[in-house]
Amino acid sequence: MKTSLTPVDAPSIRSRPVYAVLESRPASLHLIVADGEGADAVVEMLDKANDRSGMLAAAHVMYTPGPDGADHGAALEAIGAAQFFRAPTIPSLLPRLQRVLLDAHMGTQFYLAGTEGLIGQAEREIMNTGFPHVAIQKEHRGSTVRRVQCVHCKGITENVATDPFKCSHCGLNLFVRDHYSRRIAAFQGVNIDAEDPGKVPESVVRFK
Amino acid sequence: MSGGAKLPVRVAEVVEVNELIKRFRFVSRDGSDLPAFSGGAHVVVEMDDHGTRRLNPYSLMSDPEDRSAYEISVRRDDQGRGGSLFLHRHVKPGMEFVLSHPMNLFPLDNRARKHLMIAGGIGITPFLAQIAQLSHFSGKFELHYSARSKPLGAYMDRLSSAHPGKVHCYFDNQSQQINLKTLLATQPIGTHLYVCGPKGMINWVLSTAESMGWPKLALHHEEFLAPGTGKPFEVQLAVSGKTITVGTAQSLLEAMEAAGVDAPYLCRGGACGQCETNVHKCDGTILHRDHWLTPEEHAEGCKIMPCVSRFEGKTLVIER
Repeated sequence: MKTSLTPVDAPSIRSRPVYAVLESRPASLHLIVADGEGADAVVEMLDKANDRSGMLAAAHVMYTPGPDGADHGAALEAIGAAQFFRAPTIPSLLPRLQRVLLDAHMGTQFYLAGTEGLIGQAEREIMNTGFPHVAIQKEHRGSTVRRVQCVHCKGITENVATDPFKCSHCGLNLFVRDHYSRRIAAFQGVNIDAEDPGKVPESVVRFK
Repeated sequence: MSGGAKLPVRVAEVVEVNELIKRFRFVSRDGSDLPAFSGGAHVVVEMDDHGTRRLNPYSLMSDPEDRSAYEISVRRDDQGRGGSLFLHRHVKPGMEFVLSHPMNLFPLDNRARKHLMIAGGIGITPFLAQIAQLSHFSGKFELHYSARSKPLGAYMDRLSSAHPGKVHCYFDNQSQQINLKTLLATQPIGTHLYVCGPKGMINWVLSTAESMGWPKLALHHEEFLAPGTGKPFEVQLAVSGKTITVGTAQSLLEAMEAAGVDAPYLCRGGACGQCETNVHKCDGTILHRDHWLTPEEHAEGCKIMPCVSRFEGKTLVIER
């Protein structure tokens, strides 16, 4: 059984997202969205960029601290992108991204870095414009906690660390699958004691 | 039988669109509806040109929701192998033909926020069907269409009046050219680009878009290659145990068919990949003309696309 939580190749299941190291590519606008330790991935990409100053002059960076409180925003702000926006949370970052996408043109490059929750929700906004999701660059850094949808009540629980866990909406005991929905930007949680109610395996911390 | 199930049809109408282009309307022989298709699809038209069997792909240009008939527009190619000349000179209403089912190697990606279409000459035909399809659900599109001259710009008037503000025409004889860089720089995020026309135009559009950061998956193109002519050559068919000679104006696929070998095919234009065949032995040079195999596969010489590619040299043995 595959144990890596941040696969870069051959995922355990086809829908399991795959990540890679960010690299700068030619673009009229570099749209960079990061949370927590994702800031480090962006800084490292810029250090390797052929045209660092040109890239920064056409870069719009949006940042929020990670779900575990990891805050590398100061280092990211210091790189000197044309625009830097700091949001307190992911839900308060996404309206900014939606607004920027309204006016963005083809020729924009997208760079997403940080937790899977941030990457998935930013990817969903970009994908909804019709932009091919495989052309969006994604690098996973930091916390591995998951955003999970209960397949029964459809409610989403953020920052799931244990498996199984109790759905924050309907209270069912959910097993966290690697099965992922890009449309919902969440992993799927399935009732683990449907056959024998109450017979729930001991909950272990799988995501940190 | 290779090529899939066939559609028996009758020519209902032949219209001269301009001095180079004729439009043919096909209806089913028993009056029933033809199979549904989607914008960008083509059919292979089987022709008996005075004893020579010709199978040429043509894009369907009619409204995909109109199942009473299929329409194609054919540009006469006086230097071609003869398919378009046959259609132009000999095909009259009432004649019976056999078509392949429609297949689509150039579909719209309907996740797109906007469809940007670039057509050159007769490359307009798949866009006519796509625009009809988009019009049914108010899909957003913009067409940039180049022709040699105003009289040769088939369907320009019809498109411009039906879709004011969305159709932009350019004429070579007035030295007008698409301002491609500006056009590509001003498209909203989520736009998909479609290009159909001469090879040079397709390469120009795709390479410019890629250099400007457009992702490959948002770029779509279609180009049917005519098989082209060349020196006759001999081929050994390992599975059938036959040795055949491919004539000057014949494709390898056609030569196999003439020898009674049922080889697979769909598009017959080097695009779909269906006729891909392994090469057992090659003492000479394969003249690859398809755009299905990768440049690496072309260099390796272990595969050939018999619908368009040829051979020069001593011995060619293929797995068919």
